[in-house]
Amino acid sequence: MKSDVMPAPAPGRPGPSAPAVPPGDTRDAAPGPARRPPLGVRARRGLTRWLLVLLLAVLSLPFVFPTWWMATSSLKPMSEILRRVPTIWPQDPSLEAYGRVFTLQPFAQQYWNSLYIAVLVTLGTMLVAAMAGYAFARIRFPGANALFVLVLVGLLVPSEVTIVPLFRIVNSLGLINTHWPLIVIPVLGAPAVLAVFIMRQFFLGLPTELEEAGRIDGLGRWGVFWRIALPLSRSALGAVAIFTFLKSWNLYLEPIVYLSSKENFTLPQALTQYVDAYGGPMWNVQLAATTLTVLPVLAVFLLAQKQFVQGLAHSGLKG
Amino acid sequence: MATASAAVRRDWLVGYTMVAPVVLGSLAFVVLPLGMVVWYSLHEWNVLANTFTFVGAENYQRMASDPGLGDALLATVWFSIGLVVVNIALALLLAVLLNQKLPGTTTFRTFFFSPVVVSLVAWTIVWSFLLQADGGINGFLSVLGAEGPNWLRHPTTAMIAVVIVQVFKNVGLNMILFLAALQGVPEELQEAARLDGAGAWRRFRSITLPLISPTILLVSIITIVGSLEVFAQIDVLTGGGPGNSTTVLVYYLYQQAFRFNEFGYASALAVLLFLIVLVLTLLQWQSRKRWVFHEV
Repeated sequence: MKSDVMPAPAPGRPGPSAPAVPPGDTRDAAPGPARRPPLGVRARRGLTRWLLVLLLAVLSLPFVFPTWWMATSSLKPMSEILRRVPTIWPQDPSLEAYGRVFTLQPFAQQYWNSLYIAVLVTLGTMLVAAMAGYAFARIRFPGANALFVLVLVGLLVPSEVTIVPLFRIVNSLGLINTHWPLIVIPVLGAPAVLAVFIMRQFFLGLPTELEEAGRIDGLGRWGVFWRIALPLSRSALGAVAIFTFLKSWNLYLEPIVYLSSKENFTLPQALTQYVDAYGGPMWNVQLAATTLTVLPVLAVFLLAQKQFVQGLAHSGLKG
Repeated sequence: MATASAAVRRDWLVGYTMVAPVVLGSLAFVVLPLGMVVWYSLHEWNVLANTFTFVGAENYQRMASDPGLGDALLATVWFSIGLVVVNIALALLLAVLLNQKLPGTTTFRTFFFSPVVVSLVAWTIVWSFLLQADGGINGFLSVLGAEGPNWLRHPTTAMIAVVIVQVFKNVGLNMILFLAALQGVPEELQEAARLDGAGAWRRFRSITLPLISPTILLVSIITIVGSLEVFAQIDVLTGGGPGNSTTVLVYYLYQQAFRFNEFGYASALAVLLFLIVLVLTLLQWQSRKRWVFHEV
């Protein structure tokens, strides 16, 4: 698949599209700075580049097409959706499916549930992780290392491992079918550990001069943290905010374990509920609800792409 | 002296206060549940029958003779291998292509990355729609004159479908990590090899690949660990079927616990899952050390 991008033809093996080279030409693989590559090589280089762009365009289809298909199909009636040869653009666009999204389920309520839970989890995680990250990076209190190792255990534990005991704990506290476990456990438990780790790394790399100046000016630890360190950590906090929000917004296992009534559902769980009396999915309604879930996040991503890519690359390193 | 010590102690107190939320949270929601899951795994516990009896290692012995678990582990291995191979190969290809400074690179990068921010369940729902017998994929194939299978109804194609859906969802993340590694490959080395007459493929194989191999190793392990936690995709796309062909370990664990109410056995499975992830993560940290060393 990897074609020559900067072709460096070997002597005696002329490329198929480079016939115009005079026999006397040495066809040196290293064109000197003052010498332009021969015309044939330049043409081939241009052609190769456009072929590569074409390859990229073909490769991007499975990434882009599903979103396109989702949005356009949500505007089609069921009869058009089930047609054998698909229509790229709806023949008779209608918003009927969007209406049914809200009448079949308390979708607005479910949307709100996901939104407020994700916002609270994000703010809570930012605060908790910034404090812990700062203390682990800057304050030499006895047992700091042991406590840090204890916290890091959370990185080793997939949520499926602890879901049974957490279910029992939540159940014994009488909090099944409430949003408490979806807010408190992510902020304080295993999902927050990566955020703590990233904040600690950030503060370790931050020069201490400004903080020392603040101390000389009479600020205590808390003052230094709130007024100096925290404002300086905006980029790291942004990364934490992005991956924490998305993680909460997309959470699936925990809601289906903890929640049982439709008005308490969060979006990922609600999306799977649009089925007809026989259990078959009502595609246009389901895709309409999916579109409503996906498009706002995609829009924010397009606006703040750089922050998203950096923030998620951080979380990707954990896996 | 006494005042300094008091000030230091006040500083310690601030430190303990700042770490208290995560430390207490880790004790309550990580360490305690881990202990509980080990304790549960030593019991026969049926919630419906309300029985909780100590059985020692019985659940672990049951694992050895449970054909369902054997199938689940096999499905997990297939899924992980398929995912890692396809994901790494595609991520590397995309990163190399994006590193050529071609026209439109920024737009393509956005395209490839965008599924990463799409909700996993939403992405899976759209793909399950596309993968129906009369869905968009087969419609597209029929336009080309080919007959597509009923993807989600045959064991092999269902597994392929789950892998493919997962690859397109997350490959953008690995692509970014590879892109960063590729940009760290010194230009002078490439130039020197070009002077020596090495072609593009030769340069890629002999210079680029060795230099980014620590990243490839790291990303592979991360991807394997991530592949063990695949749940939503399976639940939405195949429900573990057809038969139990896509019932991977975490899905088997979930079924044992929340479908069959076998909390004791499910806990033993959770211990197994934890040990596998533990080993892989330690490998990852080991390789990261080497990675850092490599760069110095």
